[in-house]
Amino acid sequence: METHQDYTGSKIGMWLFLLSEILLFGGLFLLYSSYRYKNPLDFHLAAWELNRVPGTINTLILITSSLFMALSIFSIQKGNRKLSILFLLGTIFLGLLFLSVKYVEWTAKIEHGLYPNSPRLLGRSKGEVLFFGLYYSMTGLHGLHVLVGISILSVMLVLMIKGKINQNRFVPLENSGLYWHLVDIIWIFLFPLFYLIT
Amino acid sequence: MKYRTYVWVWVGLLILTGMTVSMAGMNLGRLSILIVLAIAAIKSGLVLSYFMHLKYETGLLFKLMIPIVLAVLTIFIGLTFTDIAFR
Repeated sequence: METHQDYTGSKIGMWLFLLSEILLFGGLFLLYSSYRYKNPLDFHLAAWELNRVPGTINTLILITSSLFMALSIFSIQKGNRKLSILFLLGTIFLGLLFLSVKYVEWTAKIEHGLYPNSPRLLGRSKGEVLFFGLYYSMTGLHGLHVLVGISILSVMLVLMIKGKINQNRFVPLENSGLYWHLVDIIWIFLFPLFYLIT
Repeated sequence: MKYRTYVWVWVGLLILTGMTVSMAGMNLGRLSILIVLAIAAIKSGLVLSYFMHLKYETGLLFKLMIPIVLAVLTIFIGLTFTDIAFR
């Protein structure tokens, strides 16, 4: 724990970035809630059309991936490199699984003719158009974050196999983990707002 | 800190997820928005303090960070809603 203090600076840097991410998504949440306030009935109707099953599965996937991420960092701190690599692989796998579920879900929506500017959607009320616009942009931006997270974690995996990240130098992994957990937190809020509140 | 602590936090998160999903099935109206958001807040509190180690960080900055961001968001949301609610 002696070396811990030396890492405070880089961790604070990461946290500052994460706070700016919170404000970015916070702005989008604000947009969502003010439009919802203006069009309560349309949002209610539109939310009925989202399938709860893939949303719930994805929530469970992300929560479990967060656990694996935390365990990966914990293992490397304890000096158990193999276990740490295993947990990191699990995290990356679950991230890819999340994106696959998202792909299936979006494909089904698009096949139903519900995508931005689709003729079927444009025939509906303004509030429903807004809901699906927000749905695609917010879950899309979040999906992009998952993709970035997977890329960063893959780099960490390579560094770990090469031994560049080890028991004495694990802050890059810890910072990547912070990013991954933040992506999880954003989904924790996105999930009820789009899938559960109807 | 033990492996077990993380697993328990995960179990807690699973239970809370189950709670929100089943809660949303009941027709509680306006109350359901409040309940669902409160559970989301508890879940992110768990992730922040255990998975992201905020509970174990020392130093004023780490303690104040989240309250400051929440305050900023509250001001933004508050100002926006006083605008659109009384327009």
